[in-house]
Amino acid sequence: MKPTFVAVLICVVFLLATPTVVVAASQTAQLDVQVLNMSGGGQAWLVEDHSLPLVTMKFAFAGGLVNDPEDKLGVAKLVSVLLDEGAGNMKSQDFQAQLSNHAIGLSFTPGRDAFHGALRTTSQHRALAFDLLKGAITAPRFDNDAISRMKNALTAELQNNLGDPAWLSARTFNGVVFEGHYYAHPGGGTVEGLAAVTRRDLQDFVASQFAQDLLRVVIVGDMTKAEAEAMMADVFGSLPAQGRLPEVKPAVLANPGKAVFLPLDTPQTYIAIAQPGVARTAPDWYAAQVMAFILGGGSFDARLMREVREKRGLTYGVYASLLAQQHGAVLQTTLSTANEKAAEAVSVIRDEFARMAAEGVSAEELADAKSYLIGSMPLELTTTGDIADALMSLQLFGLPPDELDRRAEYIRAVTAKDVQTIAQRLLDPAQTTTILVGQPEGIDVDILLDRAPGLGDK
Amino acid sequence: MRSLYSLSFIALLLVLSSPAAARSFNVETFFLDNGMQVVAIENRRAPVVTHMVWYKVGAADEKPGKSGIAHFLEHLMFKGTPKFPSGSLSSTVKRLGGNDNAFTSHDFTAYYQNLAREHLPKVMEMEADRMTNLRLTPAEVAAERDVVIEERKQRIDNQPQALFNEQMMAAAFVNHPYGMPVIGWMHEIKELTREDALAAYQQWYAPNNAILIVAGDITAAELKPLAEKYYGDIAVAEVPPRHRPRPAPILATQRLLLEDPRVGVPTIMKVYRAPRGSDAADVLSEIFGGTSTARLYKKLVVEEKLAVAAGVNYDPVSLNETSFVVYANPAPGVTAAELERAIERETQLLLDKGITAEELAAAKSRKAASITYYLDSLQGLALIFGRALSSGFDVNYVQNKLARIEALAVDDINAVAATIMAGDNLPVAGLLTVPSQTTPKARTPRAAPAAPTPAAAPEVNR
Repeated sequence: MKPTFVAVLICVVFLLATPTVVVAASQTAQLDVQVLNMSGGGQAWLVEDHSLPLVTMKFAFAGGLVNDPEDKLGVAKLVSVLLDEGAGNMKSQDFQAQLSNHAIGLSFTPGRDAFHGALRTTSQHRALAFDLLKGAITAPRFDNDAISRMKNALTAELQNNLGDPAWLSARTFNGVVFEGHYYAHPGGGTVEGLAAVTRRDLQDFVASQFAQDLLRVVIVGDMTKAEAEAMMADVFGSLPAQGRLPEVKPAVLANPGKAVFLPLDTPQTYIAIAQPGVARTAPDWYAAQVMAFILGGGSFDARLMREVREKRGLTYGVYASLLAQQHGAVLQTTLSTANEKAAEAVSVIRDEFARMAAEGVSAEELADAKSYLIGSMPLELTTTGDIADALMSLQLFGLPPDELDRRAEYIRAVTAKDVQTIAQRLLDPAQTTTILVGQPEGIDVDILLDRAPGLGDK
Repeated sequence: MRSLYSLSFIALLLVLSSPAAARSFNVETFFLDNGMQVVAIENRRAPVVTHMVWYKVGAADEKPGKSGIAHFLEHLMFKGTPKFPSGSLSSTVKRLGGNDNAFTSHDFTAYYQNLAREHLPKVMEMEADRMTNLRLTPAEVAAERDVVIEERKQRIDNQPQALFNEQMMAAAFVNHPYGMPVIGWMHEIKELTREDALAAYQQWYAPNNAILIVAGDITAAELKPLAEKYYGDIAVAEVPPRHRPRPAPILATQRLLLEDPRVGVPTIMKVYRAPRGSDAADVLSEIFGGTSTARLYKKLVVEEKLAVAAGVNYDPVSLNETSFVVYANPAPGVTAAELERAIERETQLLLDKGITAEELAAAKSRKAASITYYLDSLQGLALIFGRALSSGFDVNYVQNKLARIEALAVDDINAVAATIMAGDNLPVAGLLTVPSQTTPKARTPRAAPAAPTPAAAPEVNR
């Protein structure tokens, strides 16, 4: 793949779009999800849509970063950028030319809980697209030349990230909050880890995770059920029946109640706050969604946005969002603000946490939040990619496809009391970890870091 | 790489249309009596619409000393009117289950709402209302200016690559406002006033300087009475012509060096000024540096291993002369000078021998194959038409793009390569790197920026 960390051309950033809606919140009852017959385990859903001559497929192998060895962090990341660097007899440049000359999009992303893939093709080039995918999954070349090229590119990306305060803030957040768990590992690897990875490690990763029992698939677009089943058997049929994943313990949020500081010479302080989250499959998930939306859901009316941005001009944006993850959920609040105003921003946010827990929400706030969360559901399913993402999220959490249809009813049922109950549980100062990166003035810290955690000695 | 921010305009630069695609676009345009252009883009895949109003004014239309006012006004447009006071514009959209935002570039300022079809009249009413009835209090203006200051720090000052881009563009666009950052220079942002914002508002915001675009579950026939009802009665206002100074030639060799301790991997860059609206330059940029099989990547990254990344950026949609940017990042152990020599060599090879027929055919096939994807998006075509129409192009420019590309010959590409990269069109060359005598600051992690290449037309949101 062509490394793109240098090549973003026009940065159009819709900062008000709700950030990190980790669980695709979506609905519209009209989605007809067909469950495909799979011979070798795993799960695949199809939404037929013949209105356009294209197909989007999202797939995932459960596991993701879990197989990265401690001393070779970056294996999954390297695999993700090398799968499209040649397969079978087709070398890197040939493979890339086949993709780009036919406008076939193929990409891979190593997530914490699953290794994700995405394929997009026009109907005209569908057969070729699935052939290329099959090659990438079952016969990746992992040529040494490509490996060293990608190691260089990823190392460069990592070195660039080390100067990006937003990235350092996220890195520190993950390292501190998930300390002791593999969730604390940097998904992009470390300089030392990337250097240590061998071709054999990449092959081992593929052998342990690319297996039928770990496979989740969603196909949306111009394909019939019979065509999809035949394609599934062809592309994935030769994978081993069972993958190998280690046992994983739950991620208990580490360093609760602490303020953690990483000094960095920048004009702004990046603030990231961790609090307990709610499991995606828990009964109070939707009450927590409503609470997070009212608190900091990306709307100008969200309490944090109103108090921190609109009234005081302290930041360009402040957001609270629930990160649903398999092994440990978290509520994350993030913003950046002038160094000299960091103390004021933190204080305003803490007051809002306390007010939400003590007073709950008004009837009007609750009604408005429900109105948005329910009313915006169709907007989240306007493209084949959106639909596939929403369904994939359900699959990964073991939820049925009709969860999409029921969402509105679940949200409608949330009461003000439910919201306050969940607020009291999540917005607990004793369970709150505050990460500060920058040169904040006037804030007491408990832990002073001399470098971002989890990156080794280089 | 995936971005948290979902909507990317980048992929939408290349517009399209064979006769078949033009039909499937279902685009119709007409004008209201007051001069407001209306574009309807039918796409009935979901019961939703995107509603946009584009004003033909951007950062390149600002008065000297007032850089950033177009973008600042865009922020302030959310403050309210007598009918929809203080923040109720956005909160109403939210209550209707919609999302709204806005963005500003050198050439346009645009506002949009995405929401269920049945709520379209409400957002049309509100958008029409704020075209002429904006009210601003000094307190709102003061707080919002602080927001923009933080926005500039977050987007530009925290990012050495963004600072570098800003300096490069300032050097390349001699005597032309594309050399000014869309968000504005910090010292000028700090001095922008309520009166500056209202002056820009009164000068430029009028129906005869605006384009309404509605895409989604609607036809032109359905849209027309709504457009007339909500926007048709707004009075025509006198709007100044968009007279901008013409860029002056670059006669001196310019080499910029920006040293910043936060840099991880150096970036080298060459910014050439380039014609607007050139399909040939568009194809050239793709062949020379647009994909992972393009010349620069193949030669410098894959074969010679001199770079970790290399490419070209060119955006044809621009009101005035624009930029053609070549960039690369050296591989470990490779000096910037070595890499620059290799780029020179590839550039000279391109100028001497030209592109091949195979390269052109592959580029054409890529463009043709990608058309369908533009239809799998609510906002995609609306953004393409909005950008084009507000940058001085017409609907046909977009509709005929693919046909024009199909008609290009090898000689056309070679000719535009010579226009841009040979002769007296001197580029500005730049290097972004760590200070030569770096003394790492205590307590400061070694640092480096994310490194986006410069935007021909950077756009900045609310």
